Amino acid sequence: MTTTLETHTPKLETELQEIATDVVRRAMKGGATAAECVVREGDEFSTVVRLGQVETLKESGSRAIGVRVFFGQRAASTYSSDFSAAGIERMLKSALELAKICSEDPYAGIPEAGQLGSLQGDLDLYHEDVYSLPGAERIEYARRAEKAALDADPRIKNSEGGSFDAATGRNALANSHGFVGEYRRSYCSVAVVPIAQDANGGMQRDYWYSVARSLAKLDSAEQVGKEAARRTLRRLGARKVKTAHVPVVLDPMVANSMLGHIFEGVNGDSVYRGASFLAGKLGQKIAGTNVTVIDDGTMPGGFGTTPFDGEGIPTRRTLVIENGILKSYLLNTYTAKKLGLETTANASRGLAGTPGIGPGNYFLEPGTKTPNQIIAEIKDGLYVTEFLGHGANLVTGDYSRGASGMWIVNGELAYPVEEITVAGNLKDMFCNISEIASDLEFRGSIASPTIRIDGLTVGGE
Amino acid sequence: MVIANQEHFFFKHYGLTNQDLATYLTAALSAGGDYADLYFEYLTSTSLMMDESLVKSASQGISAGCGVRVVSGERTGYAYTDDLSPQRILHAARTAALIASAPSKTTVAGFQQKPARSLYPLALPSVDADITAKVELLMRADRAARGYDPRIKEVRASYADELRTILVVGSDGTFAEDSQPLARMNVSCIAKTDASSGRGTSGGGGRVALDFFFGDKTPEFFAKEAARQAILQLDAREAPAGDMEVVLGPGWPGVLLHEAVGHGLEADFNRKKTSAFAGLIGKRVGSEKCTVVDNGTMPWRRGSLNVDDEGQPTQETVLIENGILKGYLSDKLSSKLMGLADTGNGRRESYEHIPMPRMTNTYMLAGQDDPGDIIRSVKNGVYAVNFGGGQVDITNGKFVFSASEAYLIENGQITAPIKGATLIGNGPDVLTRVSMVGNDLKLDEGVGTCGKDGQAVPVGVGIPTIKIDRLTVGGTAKRETGGFMQ
Repeated sequence: MTTTLETHTPKLETELQEIATDVVRRAMKGGATAAECVVREGDEFSTVVRLGQVETLKESGSRAIGVRVFFGQRAASTYSSDFSAAGIERMLKSALELAKICSEDPYAGIPEAGQLGSLQGDLDLYHEDVYSLPGAERIEYARRAEKAALDADPRIKNSEGGSFDAATGRNALANSHGFVGEYRRSYCSVAVVPIAQDANGGMQRDYWYSVARSLAKLDSAEQVGKEAARRTLRRLGARKVKTAHVPVVLDPMVANSMLGHIFEGVNGDSVYRGASFLAGKLGQKIAGTNVTVIDDGTMPGGFGTTPFDGEGIPTRRTLVIENGILKSYLLNTYTAKKLGLETTANASRGLAGTPGIGPGNYFLEPGTKTPNQIIAEIKDGLYVTEFLGHGANLVTGDYSRGASGMWIVNGELAYPVEEITVAGNLKDMFCNISEIASDLEFRGSIASPTIRIDGLTVGGE
Repeated sequence: MVIANQEHFFFKHYGLTNQDLATYLTAALSAGGDYADLYFEYLTSTSLMMDESLVKSASQGISAGCGVRVVSGERTGYAYTDDLSPQRILHAARTAALIASAPSKTTVAGFQQKPARSLYPLALPSVDADITAKVELLMRADRAARGYDPRIKEVRASYADELRTILVVGSDGTFAEDSQPLARMNVSCIAKTDASSGRGTSGGGGRVALDFFFGDKTPEFFAKEAARQAILQLDAREAPAGDMEVVLGPGWPGVLLHEAVGHGLEADFNRKKTSAFAGLIGKRVGSEKCTVVDNGTMPWRRGSLNVDDEGQPTQETVLIENGILKGYLSDKLSSKLMGLADTGNGRRESYEHIPMPRMTNTYMLAGQDDPGDIIRSVKNGVYAVNFGGGQVDITNGKFVFSASEAYLIENGQITAPIKGATLIGNGPDVLTRVSMVGNDLKLDEGVGTCGKDGQAVPVGVGIPTIKIDRLTVGGTAKRETGGFMQ
């Protein structure tokens, strides 16, 4: 590549929050009794380098606007990518018409004025340096990461590529109770997906990545490539095992999904509908005494950090599970009202529809042992490095997923295994988390250390 | 916005001319490149949700944009804009052009529109239909589900439709327009007793108008089906664990084919030799009884398209014929690089996305066996009739799909319902264990969405009743015979 790639989409001249405020004002003028508007603008860069050659290069920007209007207790929403006066007018008009077909819902509404606000100070969410590398060097970052994986071992003969991504975005929210807020976030990542092949022709792929809000905090291309190679190589020669009841250790990448199930279980939307096996369990023991789960939307630099939630309420830290006791659900304004509780400022908002519930920085508190110490205590067991499929039923807690990983023999990772299943019930599984390691690291808004769960069925031959 | 005539939509509504299109493509090829195309998209959508018998959410939206792609050898440059003004499209074209670094050699050919099918001609797309009629569908579903059984405690019904109008032009003269309607409704139910709970979901749709839901696939049909599944779950036993005989019912269990073979036969993975199916063309990957096709030309189907998102007419492609691997699903890039025919499977989620080979409607042809005989032939196994989603690792071929409604088969009889369980197998050999294929091919009801590389597209699946001699079932029950390793 000899060309440069510094062309960026010009920013809107008007501040997003001014547009949002104006839309709210116009909605109220049009007869709405309350209104809320979100405006988003973002740009993205991504490149994939495969076997040393640039495969794709993508660069673009976009923006969109969404509005939610209320007629008393009826609400509807519309969105558009057309920012012209006529486009916004059309969007508002259809929202006001649409609200008429909705039902009166006594719990509908935007937050009270007193609840609204924004965290002050620099939350460390935006770094201009994600775009500081010239285009050719971004490609080079991806190329070096892939090369580190390809050079790691002769059995790594192919690859789905190395990639480098960067993105920045601005989010503004305004509502008719006087809230106006806006924040910017940045993001960059490097990833590699190597493919290893053994003497019999059997192929395995795995991956590794690093992600950060600032380029300065991104792991080196070489570190990422080498780790991707290590994770891929250890899968070569994987075999099936016999059906067994053994201790199961989940590496942080898969333990993460277990924490995600707790999140879905305490999600106020599932709770008020009785669609969660954790509904009605507030104050009760739902996990082992070693389990403490926290949601914290305020951590500086966090992937789940925002100054305010999707409804304009300052984010906060919520103790979800303390020593195994369910202390709080995660709620937005609507679900809090339905349950007679206070919102936990977890409203997440897309462009359209009613606000959902999303995590801040949501994590399982780490323990003191290293993952190796935990593995060393197991005579015969499974170390899971990947789950396949979505076999968790949050209504009943029934859990069954495909898995691959390593078999543990006498405290050591002995050989790779695949084409097996892991099954149990989430209600028991949270109580049977017998070990929690010290290796907590955030690679997204949900994070877990390595954990050990007992009492699961490993399905195989 | 009601748009009566979709023909030349972008010319009429955005003032585009053939000359503009040629100018943009020339700009895209200004730094070299073998091929460039423009994908214009205008999408209107509606979605409604009823919960607790209230219409709690209603939304509508419009998005429009243009994606510009430049291909140079194996390299693809891509840029898009949500502003269809000439300056913004030109800017995107020049950004995408930066991928190419050779002196310009490709010129823009004169546009030629090929005759295309009309698989989903609608007088009135549902997105423009009276919204109160859509609300009525939800109310009927809610009533029917609640009336099914007093143990049904929660019902959520949703309806969504869209109309996607596209124009694809390419430097090779490609010129294709299409107007793609899509509608679906879903019902989910939760059943509860003091001792137990269960959930059921059902839904359907296609590239259809609102009247589809007033035919035999009524809101009551979907509601009763969701309620039936939820009630059934109340008494479900633990599922067995380990390898056993598995019978799949007809229809949605075709998700097996989508995961086990479909993805692995997408040409991009085979061009890069990252698929477990790479190099297996002409080899046996299934029993004699297995013939699998991908067919984008089925009228009204959710996975069908008149033209793909690169402007190529869709077709019926034989993937596996009597167990022998016959072909891949390809797009323009893969067909050019691999010297294969373009099967019209180049699809993308939206103008923000680069097209790639994707499935349309993927199914197994009917066989000769009587479904009753298939069940009777099983001594000890599982009969799975409804599934959630699935997933595949295309490199090692391992795939899963999660049964949401399944039963034990004991001595040739379907007996007790069992809890949901994941089934796991190996794509390149699972079909070699298919020993019986029913004469009852059925396609799914039309709710499938496939995800690949972060892009979601609507698809269909189908299968007759089949028997797989050995597949791993991921349950929890201890088997009475056969030992566990403890």
